[in-house]
Amino acid sequence: MTTRQLLSLAFRESRFARRRLFLFLSAISLGVAALVAVQGFASTMKREMSAQARAMLGADVQLQSRDPFGPRTTEVLESLARGGIDVARVTSFASMARHAENGATRLVQVRAAEPGFPFYGTIETSPAGQWASLQDDRNAVVEPALVVALGAEIGDVIEIGKARFRIIGELHRMPGDIEIASSFAPRVFIPARYVDETELLGYGARVTYEAFLRVPDPELAETIDEGYRPIWRAERVRSRTLQEQQEQIDEALGMLGRYLGLVGVFALLLGGIGVASAMSAYMSRKVDSIAVLRCLGATSREVLALYLLQAGAMGLLGALVGVLAGAVVQWVLPQMLTGLLPVDVPIRVDGPAALTGLVAGMATALAFALLPLLEIRTVSPLRALRRRVEPLIARGHDKLRLGMAIALVVGVVALIVYQAHDVFAGLGVSLGIGITLLALWLAARACTKLLRRAPHAGFPFMFRQSIANLYRPGNQTMTVVVALGFGAFLLATLVLTQANLLRPLTANSETRFNLVLLDVQVDQIEPVRDVLAMHDIEILDSVPLVSMRIAAVKGEPVRRFLEDELVLDGDGSLPEPTQDLEPDEGRPRRWALRREYRSTFRETLTESERLVAGRWWNERNATDGEAPFAVSLEQDIARDLGVTLGDRIDWDIQGVTVPTVVTSIRAVDWARLEPNFFAVFEPDALRDAPQMWVLLARAETAEARTAAQRDVVAQHPNVSVIDLTLVQAALDEVIGRVSLVIRFLAAFSVATGFVVLLGSVATGRLERIRESVLLKTLGATRRQIGAILLGEYALLGLLAVLVGAGLSLAASWALARFLFDVPFEAALGPMLAIAAVIVALSAAIGLSASREVFRTTPMEALREE
Amino acid sequence: MLIARGLEKTYRSGERTLTVLRDVDLEIDEGDFVAILGPSGSGKTTLLGLLAGLDTPSRGSVAIDGTDLAPLTEDERARFRRDNVGFVFQSFQLLPSLTALENVQVPLELRGDRNVSARAAALLERVGLSGRLDHYPTQLSGGEQQRVALARAFVHEPRILFADEPTGNLDAATGEGIIALMEELNRERGTTLVLVTHDPLLAGRARRTIRLADGKIVADSAAA
Repeated sequence: MTTRQLLSLAFRESRFARRRLFLFLSAISLGVAALVAVQGFASTMKREMSAQARAMLGADVQLQSRDPFGPRTTEVLESLARGGIDVARVTSFASMARHAENGATRLVQVRAAEPGFPFYGTIETSPAGQWASLQDDRNAVVEPALVVALGAEIGDVIEIGKARFRIIGELHRMPGDIEIASSFAPRVFIPARYVDETELLGYGARVTYEAFLRVPDPELAETIDEGYRPIWRAERVRSRTLQEQQEQIDEALGMLGRYLGLVGVFALLLGGIGVASAMSAYMSRKVDSIAVLRCLGATSREVLALYLLQAGAMGLLGALVGVLAGAVVQWVLPQMLTGLLPVDVPIRVDGPAALTGLVAGMATALAFALLPLLEIRTVSPLRALRRRVEPLIARGHDKLRLGMAIALVVGVVALIVYQAHDVFAGLGVSLGIGITLLALWLAARACTKLLRRAPHAGFPFMFRQSIANLYRPGNQTMTVVVALGFGAFLLATLVLTQANLLRPLTANSETRFNLVLLDVQVDQIEPVRDVLAMHDIEILDSVPLVSMRIAAVKGEPVRRFLEDELVLDGDGSLPEPTQDLEPDEGRPRRWALRREYRSTFRETLTESERLVAGRWWNERNATDGEAPFAVSLEQDIARDLGVTLGDRIDWDIQGVTVPTVVTSIRAVDWARLEPNFFAVFEPDALRDAPQMWVLLARAETAEARTAAQRDVVAQHPNVSVIDLTLVQAALDEVIGRVSLVIRFLAAFSVATGFVVLLGSVATGRLERIRESVLLKTLGATRRQIGAILLGEYALLGLLAVLVGAGLSLAASWALARFLFDVPFEAALGPMLAIAAVIVALSAAIGLSASREVFRTTPMEALREE
Repeated sequence: MLIARGLEKTYRSGERTLTVLRDVDLEIDEGDFVAILGPSGSGKTTLLGLLAGLDTPSRGSVAIDGTDLAPLTEDERARFRRDNVGFVFQSFQLLPSLTALENVQVPLELRGDRNVSARAAALLERVGLSGRLDHYPTQLSGGEQQRVALARAFVHEPRILFADEPTGNLDAATGEGIIALMEELNRERGTTLVLVTHDPLLAGRARRTIRLADGKIVADSAAA
């Protein structure tokens, strides 16, 4: 047979079955669509962010510090400015903004900018062009969320601390902006020269100081950064150059790309399973044709080539459809993430992603189609003479198929390793998938066996018939349960994990505080309490905060640790703090030494902490108010500082050294919103230290919350009020959108599961029709036949849900316990909803795919003869 | 028992109309044993289907025991069959996922009868399969499968039993056994038997033979 003949036969032979091949096509399309969408999305976003890196940074070099720049840094900046390099400083802090007329208030992020900021990128305002006028007077450009919150209009005056600013425009787009951040605290830009008028930068204020440098020559920027970095480091200033920014973006997005790539491979893998299922469905209808072809003298090789050609053509078509669908999804993804992305992601089909999708789609189609196709080699030409009632496939040990299966697994693992760009991670992911599939398979086996063994005698005939149908010869019950179960597993795990992550925020929302008052000075506590009482708001808790740094660990001054490194590093460059290595031999991590600590003092442990070592001071009174005082450390910070029980830490509080001894180590549940601390002191140690207080209160109504904020801020402009209901809403929004995207992708796996279900419906079609016709002949009504089918598919869906959701309980428990470290609780509501949807869909799909069964008249039982 | 009047069955295929059966009049007495003979394409199976109410005639009517099948819906005809009609097929047509006993229970269970297993088991014993109640069809020989099918056809005590080449897939000796069984059951229970066959030997056992050719009755031993 010539290739041409083979091709045309392949085409002609598929004539009446192309509709059937549609299943095959859609399995591949789903996988390819997911792959193309996520990869295209990731690479487009990466390209876009790289292109906008300069605008996002707004400068060539950025300096940042939690303290005012030290004398040497200031000196450097001044000399650079004299040398013709543009410098703009920005001072940022959280504060309350108050509408000067209606008194409405809102927590805001104040950014006091010097002229010139930002050096790159355009800030869009409404009315347009107002950014240029910001510096002209006591002006403010604010985010739209603030205008809404205050009920303000352009031209209104707001008060920040003791200063007043006129709103001249709304901020619409700023490079590198993550829009949703404004729901936590909208930003207010004011001219830097008026910042002192607010009188908010005193002790205890959480202020970030930044300086932005414009250095036209990129090499010079690097030189400046490297040259002055030791000085900046010594004065606790972090610096970042455009190049570093770009590297960071590349790294972060590379990781995103790899992660999303894996999701894509995953989808394609599921598509492959769908292909295998659809192919065996197709083949089950082709057995007679094959037998006839064999009778007429076609070799098994030619027959194989014939159907492989059809599979290849469908694979190509499916991949093409998938690429198109992927482009559509790629367009939908950024819409789902509106407000969370720092750049606008343009809609465009990513060339490399599309090509990868095409090739991978074709390869998957052929590889997974080959497995069921190899079975047709065993079709005997005798079948053309004698049609048997039993299904054809004589299963046994076929070395070729075994080899093919192994090659397939190896190929999939190789693809995953390639996508992960890391052999170990790739193997780990492969192992994870393998274990999941194995667990699903085992669970599916156990469930189906159990169902079969269970005594059915008491059940109505129709139901027993439904169960019996699941074990029809040549059934695909296991395949469907595993494939659909996998979808259910992914979806349920996501939903459960999301619920576990969100629960700490919403738990006890009836009883817990919803207002947090920050920066309350000692002498303001009583007046604030009175204001709150006027609105029937009770203070539930008050927590003192003392800012401090570590002066010495185990008698060794911190400066020594840091200077050591300056000498050690030789070229004067220091690694980023985040790149700290594990502390060796109790050597403290740099970031733990360098950071500012906000600590508290109290008599008792709170609900969110428990002791893991040592004893709490109320159980003994060892220090008697004498130094060194007792301090309790959180377990991770104790490890990072390389200290344990009995070790000495000296703290520097506003120049005063307070010596302490570690007397206990605590585990802290950071997921709770209560103020938690790395270091808790016995009260005697800090009672007289300069301190700020945090008050926790609960207001029942939104009106009370708003009114209380307004009155507190009117009398005490330095006090900031966080309305937790707003924070919670914003968090819900963020997590909701992110999980929407993940669920969207998980939906692909569920969809593929249904393709497999359709495949199995198609495979068992002839047997099902034969049986139903027979039952009709014996007197079954259509309603009875329908009940049997409904039962069969609902059971199939139920099995899948049981298996998938059951395993998801284990998986989400493990995630909660080991990855997120949050308490686990099974969210039954969402689980039941998922279960109901999958069972209902499964029943609906099964029934609608079995329409023929209803239409076929009993006469065909005779015609079959 | 069974009265067919002016039966006609045509199939439309595009422009052409194909008449498979034309103007068939037939009466079958209660307890009779009738064989329908004829070459391939003569309309035997179509006639059987119409008589049994599996299909509706293009013209004419069929009445069994005074019930006219024509105005009944498909489901009503199904309910009628479940009470009055039994079937035996050439290729046995057992449900592969059910055991022998379960297969025999099906007609009773479709009716919603209770305590059906004793009746089914008794009938399987009657056809000589008391030791194979829990076997699946694939575990049974062809002859055994057809005996299960016979038990299934008789279990709900139908007034009339239709068989389509019941020995077609069996060797001569086994087929003989099946025929003998059918005759015995016909005698014991007074069930009317109507069977379609190619086998002259089998036809010879019938009390009455009807010959079909080109969709028409060309010979009827009762008329002779």
